[in-house]
Amino acid sequence: MPDSTQPVTPKREIGLWRRITDQLATTFAVSTVIIVLTPLVAIFTYLVIKGIGSVNWAFLTQTPKPPGEIGGGMANAIAGSVLILGIGSLLGVPLGIGAGIYLAEFGRNRFGDLVRFVSDVLNGVPSIVIGIVAYALVVLRQRHFSALAGGVALAIMMIPTITRTTEEMLLLVPNVLREAAYGLGVPRWRTTMSITLRTATSGIITGVMLAFARVAGETAPLLFTAFGNQYWNWHLDQPTAALPLQIFTYAISPYDDWHRQAWAGALVLIILIVSAVAAVRFVVRRGTLGGVA
Amino acid sequence: MGVGIQVENLNAWYGKTQALHEINLNVQANHATALIGPSGCGKSTFIRCLNRMHETSPEARVEGKVRIGEYDAYEGTSATRLRRRIGMVFQKPNPFPTMSIYDNVAAGLKLNGYRDKKHLDEVVEKSLISSALWEEVKDSIHKKSGASLSGGQQQRLCIARALAVEPEVLLMDEPCSALDPISTGKIEELIFELKAQYTIVIVTHNMQQAARVAEFTGFFLLGRMIEFDKTEKIFTNPSDKRTEDYITGRFG
Repeated sequence: MPDSTQPVTPKREIGLWRRITDQLATTFAVSTVIIVLTPLVAIFTYLVIKGIGSVNWAFLTQTPKPPGEIGGGMANAIAGSVLILGIGSLLGVPLGIGAGIYLAEFGRNRFGDLVRFVSDVLNGVPSIVIGIVAYALVVLRQRHFSALAGGVALAIMMIPTITRTTEEMLLLVPNVLREAAYGLGVPRWRTTMSITLRTATSGIITGVMLAFARVAGETAPLLFTAFGNQYWNWHLDQPTAALPLQIFTYAISPYDDWHRQAWAGALVLIILIVSAVAAVRFVVRRGTLGGVA
Repeated sequence: MGVGIQVENLNAWYGKTQALHEINLNVQANHATALIGPSGCGKSTFIRCLNRMHETSPEARVEGKVRIGEYDAYEGTSATRLRRRIGMVFQKPNPFPTMSIYDNVAAGLKLNGYRDKKHLDEVVEKSLISSALWEEVKDSIHKKSGASLSGGQQQRLCIARALAVEPEVLLMDEPCSALDPISTGKIEELIFELKAQYTIVIVTHNMQQAARVAEFTGFFLLGRMIEFDKTEKIFTNPSDKRTEDYITGRFG
């Protein structure tokens, strides 16, 4: 019995050519996904295989042993990375979001175009050059390599990505929402803060996390800013260890044990980044109703 | 209570294009006034001049006098202060998607710094009752997002949001054009009830709607107001040939 609620045209009347192109398009889409995901999965699997054996309690809690001695860990580098990334985010996130708000809400002018251009150029500047800038700005003045200098370098790298994604996300917020707020007699600044920004939150967070994840693995800008340190350091104006630096130093060393620890460090770094991103997403999702926008 | 609106020699521009020419109009307090006319004739621009929303468009400019009650809308007040006295309902329902139903209704007060929780509760309930939405949503005003409601409910939510700031005038810019006939019927009933407390100006493309809800109707064409009269007169015996052509569908 045919179901009377079904459309009149039976399925088999769809032409052969349409079914073939449909299949082709689907196959193409699926295979691109696989191609994109393969390197990611491969890298992560390889890291786990090489690194997991050396991730142990000592690795997570001890500072490096002198060259040639077996054992020790990267605890100070993990803490240093957290410190430097914290400084970088503290400086870079508000500046980037602020600039993005300016561009989206007030930047329809020549100055806005200039900011957009500069921001895009900054995005393309090699990270080592940004390291030199931070060296000149902070290290030369303080006469010290420092966590602060490393944080400044990472902040400079975060700003353009955050600025442009914030702008894009704010421009996606429908104008009718701004008008609804204006219509209630809400001043413009308040509308921007409480309506536009709030509606675009999840998109902006994505941009922030992209920027964060990108700089978290940067080594070059830290080489002559944070510099690295074999010992614990909690002072912002002292040379500080960071995971990427430690991985770099260990990877080019002649010792097998250091090579193993470099793999472990890379694995820990990736896990730290992934969990930071996941944690922020979780917190933001719980904070917004329905998860719209 | 609603107040009357007097408009004298109102001209409005978008850049170099003049959208309104010499509009003169008296809107009666506590009545509904409908504005009809073909697309692009300036009726939306006109009501956006009443609450100074027009000036938020790039390169927009206004000349002329608008009085809301006894106050001048353009002199001696700011646009934000004026808009707190004039509610606006838009063509497409536009609840704030990140806010609950409660927060949507309370938005006008909260975003202007009002914090008295008990009073807010009362205002939210009263506004939702006035917009005939309370019964449908009262159990979920904190749980549900404004965007999760149906289109017709969203529009009534937007009306509640506008009423919550206790305006004297309610501007409605084609409030039913995105809604089905049942929701439209509900909004029209609502307009009927709201007239007792507010002065309503409604832009509509639907001439039957104008005839149903409004005591007065203005016909706009190419940025000019061709005719303004009692609704009955406009629809049965218009003075201007162009009005007659439009309402009988012989136009363009």
